Amino acid sequence: MENLIIAGKEFTSRLFLGTGKFSSNELMAKSIEASESQMVTVAMKRIELDNKEDDMLKHIVRDNIQLLPNTSGVRTAEEAVLAAQLAREAFGTNWLKLEIHPDPRYLLPDSIETLKATEELVKLGFVVLPYCQADPVLCKRLEEAGAATVMPLAAPIGSNKGLRTEDFLQIIIEQSNVPVVVDAGIGAPSHAAAAMEMGADAVLVNTAIAVAGNPVEMAIAFKEAVVAGRRAYESGLGSVSAIANASSPLTAFLS
Amino acid sequence: MFSDELAKISWDETTQKIMNKTDEDVRRALGKKHCTVDDFMALISPAAAPYLETMAQLSQKYTMERFGKTISMFIPLYITNSCTNSCVYCGFHISNPMKRTILTEEEIVNEYKAIKKLGPFENILLVSGENPAKAGVDYIARAVELARPYFANIKIEVMPLDVDGYKKIVEKGMNGVICFQETYHRERYKVYHPRGMKSNFEWRLNGFDRMGMAGVHSIGMGALIGLEDWRTDVTMMAYHLRYLQKHYWKTKYSVNFPRMRPSENGGFQPNVIMSDKELAQLTFAYRIFDHDVDISYSTREPAYIRDNMATLGVTTMSAESKTEPGGYYSYPQTLEQFHVSDERTAKEVEAALKKIGREPVWKDWDDIFN
Repeated sequence: MENLIIAGKEFTSRLFLGTGKFSSNELMAKSIEASESQMVTVAMKRIELDNKEDDMLKHIVRDNIQLLPNTSGVRTAEEAVLAAQLAREAFGTNWLKLEIHPDPRYLLPDSIETLKATEELVKLGFVVLPYCQADPVLCKRLEEAGAATVMPLAAPIGSNKGLRTEDFLQIIIEQSNVPVVVDAGIGAPSHAAAAMEMGADAVLVNTAIAVAGNPVEMAIAFKEAVVAGRRAYESGLGSVSAIANASSPLTAFLS
Repeated sequence: MFSDELAKISWDETTQKIMNKTDEDVRRALGKKHCTVDDFMALISPAAAPYLETMAQLSQKYTMERFGKTISMFIPLYITNSCTNSCVYCGFHISNPMKRTILTEEEIVNEYKAIKKLGPFENILLVSGENPAKAGVDYIARAVELARPYFANIKIEVMPLDVDGYKKIVEKGMNGVICFQETYHRERYKVYHPRGMKSNFEWRLNGFDRMGMAGVHSIGMGALIGLEDWRTDVTMMAYHLRYLQKHYWKTKYSVNFPRMRPSENGGFQPNVIMSDKELAQLTFAYRIFDHDVDISYSTREPAYIRDNMATLGVTTMSAESKTEPGGYYSYPQTLEQFHVSDERTAKEVEAALKKIGREPVWKDWDDIFN
């Protein structure tokens, strides 16, 4: 399996993990370990930023893990830029998952504010990974603004509904010059495998693992699904159905 | 720039890869919704020949989905045959002792008026040789400006320009650029284009990037069939298309693969001859590879091929073309650049297309969008 490269940094794992919704920090830490993920998001709002001994953070920080602070909770580009600067200070990283959702119910990303914030944050030297709608044009605009990846959603966040935006994800993958990370809505390992088979560069999973009956086992299941999907993509999938070769009504003029 | 990408692809290995494609590879490609360049190689390979009918059906289906039952019509106007290049296969070759014409502004306008009498053409392609000193960017820009009162959509097929050159002509109302790389074989390219500006392979190849950077709306690409192994050349063009689509995603693309015919008067003899079946296979393969790309057939192709292919994948056609400068009004008898096979009038082509259930579309752009 090829390594994933984001902003010049190599990752052997293509599974990103979110850290919300776990029943305990211990279980979260075990799940991260079992998943072998090397990219883990953490919501700034969950961390006591001035406390180096924050319990949640202690359970996430590992040498081989890229911490990805996310701005979840901000509602505008302006707030996002402010939050990003605080995050950089607190976490000692310029990597950032940009997440702007003014809507508290479905937590859907605000495309206009996300683009504005990306432009601003790139200028400020951040490695920006924006969470966004599965909108191919928006994704190209984010790429042009300097985003390190795009992270289009598969379905409403936390919904576990799977690849509801499949047709648009396909276009995004086809057009993108930066890695495409399918984020939000992935509810089962089969969804993750399907996204990887399509050619997604990585997937981000949180709820499906955190709320599983056995999160550690589920983390392993996702790890394996992502590897399987990626391997299938790299090996070239077989055709869906055998093609019947018809008699010659259309090409008779050539004989 | 695409030259960096092309440098990573070995010509010989690509040729070998295409020839090694199997029945299995072809079936896999046919079953895919989204084909890679590797699948495209299978579709143009000899292994796909038995699947011609299946490919025709798929090509027709995809063409219908994206383009419906329409054919976009255009007409070329050669504004000059003055050329400093020495392309060994071209009638405008610098050492060809022919009369050279650079149409005056008045002559250009007369040509526009004459074209409007042939049919309701709104898409015009202005073609020139390469003589930047006598017919450079300003001359071309002026021809575009003069065309605006007569045509809604103006494209040019001229020497590769720099970004500013393209921008300048875009400002005058140009919508698209067509440029044929002719062949993607870096070394052999020099043999066919020994002298003049055109001998610079990279300048031409990266011209497409410059068009993209200048924000040209529509870019037409082409491989001249008859120079090098056609399968390898059109595969390189497929790589090039994918590259351009990824980098200049706001642009619309078209592909051309004109076939050279054996010369009867002792001129340049093509190195390879593509059969009608191979042309059809290639056309279907491009459509299956890319559902949106415009596929254009000129009047180099005979009428029966054009009419039949119009329902199977081709989406753009010229009609009643003259390939000499001033050929519609001022100088109807000058030497042509190449011989036209389909000599029907625009009205006859229109009638033939209607008969097979296709609507010729003369206008699909408007000045207000410029």
